[in-house]
Amino acid sequence: MSLLDYLTRKKKSSASVAKERLQIILAHEHANASGPDYLPALQRELLDVVSKYAKVDLDDIKVNLEMEGDCEILELNISLPESSRKLA
Amino acid sequence: MSKVIVVTSGKGGVGKTTTSASFATGLAMKGHKTVVIDFDVGLRNLDLIMGCERRVVYDFVNVINGEATLKQALIKDKTHDKLFILPASQTRDKDAFTKEGVEKVIDELRESFDYIVCDSPAGIEKGAIMALYFADEALVVTNPEVSSVRDSDRILGILAAKSKRAEEGAEPIKEHLIVTRYSPERVESGEMLSIEDINDLLGINLMGVIPESESVLQASNSGIPVIRDSQSSSGQAYDDVVMRFLGEEVPMRFLDAEKKGLFKRIFGA
Repeated sequence: MSLLDYLTRKKKSSASVAKERLQIILAHEHANASGPDYLPALQRELLDVVSKYAKVDLDDIKVNLEMEGDCEILELNISLPESSRKLA
Repeated sequence: MSKVIVVTSGKGGVGKTTTSASFATGLAMKGHKTVVIDFDVGLRNLDLIMGCERRVVYDFVNVINGEATLKQALIKDKTHDKLFILPASQTRDKDAFTKEGVEKVIDELRESFDYIVCDSPAGIEKGAIMALYFADEALVVTNPEVSSVRDSDRILGILAAKSKRAEEGAEPIKEHLIVTRYSPERVESGEMLSIEDINDLLGINLMGVIPESESVLQASNSGIPVIRDSQSSSGQAYDDVVMRFLGEEVPMRFLDAEKKGLFKRIFGA
């Protein structure tokens, strides 16, 4: 790098920006990849069942798999709309 | 014991075919009987890089379909009698590959070759999966650039999950990183990911760094694998890769920028 480059240099090098962005996206993709393949399908089928009884969207159903020690915890979170709660 | 090595990357244009050609040539130059297979059905190019494009008669798919024998399809290299090329088919039929068909060909090659180098197509479609499925070791070719690093990471995931070794629960594929088109000057000025950065991100054993060099294009222009250009930095770097692969301790080269004089330091190159 020349002295002129050094004096006019921006604060952060683009390579370090690249590295940070990659660290974030790779960590995110690893988290998704580690789960079993059936989670999205499970989510869709749950939607089919639940929507027989209440009006919910795919976004209202959250399926999460977490690790706690040796234990895998499958967490289901279904938010029901206000009106359906009265029906039930 | 013969070994199957896949040269893969996910992303296109990073130097898989260049690496396959030089790596296979290097193994043969060291006296090992080697075959290099082009898995890029429909986009055959290894023949051009190896300089044998006018001698292709039968191809990989012909052998799988029983239209030709392996002996008829294998092209013997002009300069190295231990080196053979199995060209890809130019068919547009993407179903040309079956796992059984590819396995039969690889098993037959294992009987007479020390090393079977599989040049993978880009992407994660069938051709790429077939190229890595039977591998014992993998050379993951990566450019110091965001999309290439991400795609390499993806390919590492596939190597660990979709290969024969993974499916059978055998010892996992040995993964080696080859960084190509590396420019120490640009790394020094903070505009290119460094070897340490890529190592941190991908976390696999570094087998070689190939510096950006004009001689790679010159070599492909004339159909001579760049490893045969012993004057060029990339040729020397590939030679190091082959020696490391064969178990020799070779220190990494071409990692640092050339030292500049005072004039250049002040005014730039």
